[in-house]
Amino acid sequence: MHSFGYRANAVVTFAVTILAVTCAMVSLSDNFNSPSPTADVKVLNINWFQKQPNGNDEVSLTLNISADLSSLFTWNTKQVFVFVAAEYETPQNALNQGNNLRGKDYNMTLHWHIMPKTGKMFADKIVMTGYYLPQDYK
Amino acid sequence: MMDWQGQKRAETLMQILLVVFAVAALGIGYTLASFQTMMLIYAGGVVLTALITVPNWPFFNRHHLKWLDPSEAEKHPKPQVNVPTTTKKKSSKNKQ
Repeated sequence: MHSFGYRANAVVTFAVTILAVTCAMVSLSDNFNSPSPTADVKVLNINWFQKQPNGNDEVSLTLNISADLSSLFTWNTKQVFVFVAAEYETPQNALNQGNNLRGKDYNMTLHWHIMPKTGKMFADKIVMTGYYLPQDYK
Repeated sequence: MMDWQGQKRAETLMQILLVVFAVAALGIGYTLASFQTMMLIYAGGVVLTALITVPNWPFFNRHHLKWLDPSEAEKHPKPQVNVPTTTKKKSSKNKQ
């Protein structure tokens, strides 16, 4: 600690190092949070169900989505990214490709990504089963 | 200007202050569930620590260096270095 400049540099460097350690601890504190979100997705209407020129089927749905995601938020949450995906299997593909989906059963999955202010991001989902496509194209 | 003791004090004080402020900021921020509060407390702590430990406060210059007293230095003269020209003079005297 010889000169003014030396001490100023020491303070700044040590302060930044401690800040990094503190941010790591903040991120670790997110692991103590056990989220319990609820979600309900209703299909209000199937707008159309057609065969596309390239061979795949296309569906347009009107949904009513209600969810309670408040338990996902901690003091370290910057934003939560939420989306709904429809998932199904075909004999050829395990997930989400195919045609001839008349009468097919599918799942609605609510995905979320919890983006932190600092540290690790958590992602999870709720799978809701029991949805069916109509028997005929319309 | 700081003396050696003062420098040591400044360094120790800086380390302790920064760690204390970081722990306090983390604890208070977590309890109040406010990330911003934590950062504000820590930032304030860094500025305060810099104000206390970086400038040459007189408090850090209390243990002055003791230089050797001049009267004591005279009692211990510097050792003389052997000069080579004295041997040459002796040989010329023997020839005569």
